[in-house]
Amino acid sequence: MTVAEVAKKLNLTCHVADNGKRQVEGGYVGDLLSWVIGRAGQGSAWVTIMSNPNVAAVAMLADTAMIILAEGVQPDETLLAKARQHKLALYTASEGAYELAWRLHELIG
Amino acid sequence: MDKLHLHYEVEGNDFIAAGEASGQVKRTLRQLGIDFEAIRRCAICMYEGEINMVVHADGGTADVVVEKDKITIILEDQGPGISDMELAMQEGYSTASQDVRELGFGAGMGLPNMKKYSDSLEIESEVGKGTKVTMVICIPG
Repeated sequence: MTVAEVAKKLNLTCHVADNGKRQVEGGYVGDLLSWVIGRAGQGSAWVTIMSNPNVAAVAMLADTAMIILAEGVQPDETLLAKARQHKLALYTASEGAYELAWRLHELIG
Repeated sequence: MDKLHLHYEVEGNDFIAAGEASGQVKRTLRQLGIDFEAIRRCAICMYEGEINMVVHADGGTADVVVEKDKITIILEDQGPGISDMELAMQEGYSTASQDVRELGFGAGMGLPNMKKYSDSLEIESEVGKGTKVTMVICIPG
C-alpha cells in the first residue's frame, strides 16, 4: 500500500507529500530518536509525538516511508522545511499512537 | 572505484544542522550505487557519531573514506572524553542533559547503535583531551 493510500485510509492530514509511489512496508512507534534510527525498519510508517527538526534527519537516515505526528502534534517550521527539502512524507493525526498503530496493522498487517 | 574521501566539520550544540553531514554521505553513497543496507548502516553509525559530537564535545570533524569493499568513518573531537568506556557502551546509559533528552536524544543508544551497525568500532578517548571513533562498514561483494 502506498503512503498516499495509507494516509487516505487513516484520514491523515498531509503536510508534505512524497512522489506517490513509495510503499509502506511496516510501522514503528517511538520518540527516542536513537531508538528509532536503530530499529525502525526501512519503509516504515513512523508514528511519533516528537516534532523537532531532528525527526527529519532520523526519517531520512533510517529511510522510513512516512512520518505521522500523533495526538494532534503539529510540525515545527524547521521540521516542515527539512521535510520539504528532503522530500519526506509528513502527516499529522488527531489520534494517539496506539490507535494509529492498530489501524495501520489492520491495513498492512 | 578509486578511494573517495569526504570531510565534514560538525558544529557543537547545533541541533538543527545535526544530521546534515550524515545525510550528505548517504546521498553520495547512493549516487555511487553502493549496497542499500550498507548505506543504511553507515548512515545510522555516522548520525549517532555526529549527534555525540554535537551533544557532548562542542563539535568535531567527520571523515568518511569510501573504498570498493568498505566504508570507514573517522570522527574526532576535542571534547571532555569518555571516563568510563564500559558504562558508556551500555544500552540506556547517557550523560546527556535534560534539554537534550527533551529533543529525543540521550536514550543511551548512541554507542550501542554504532557497535551494532558497524563491522568494527574502535574508540580512543582521553579525559580532558577528546575522542576518536573509527568505524568500518563492509560493503558486500
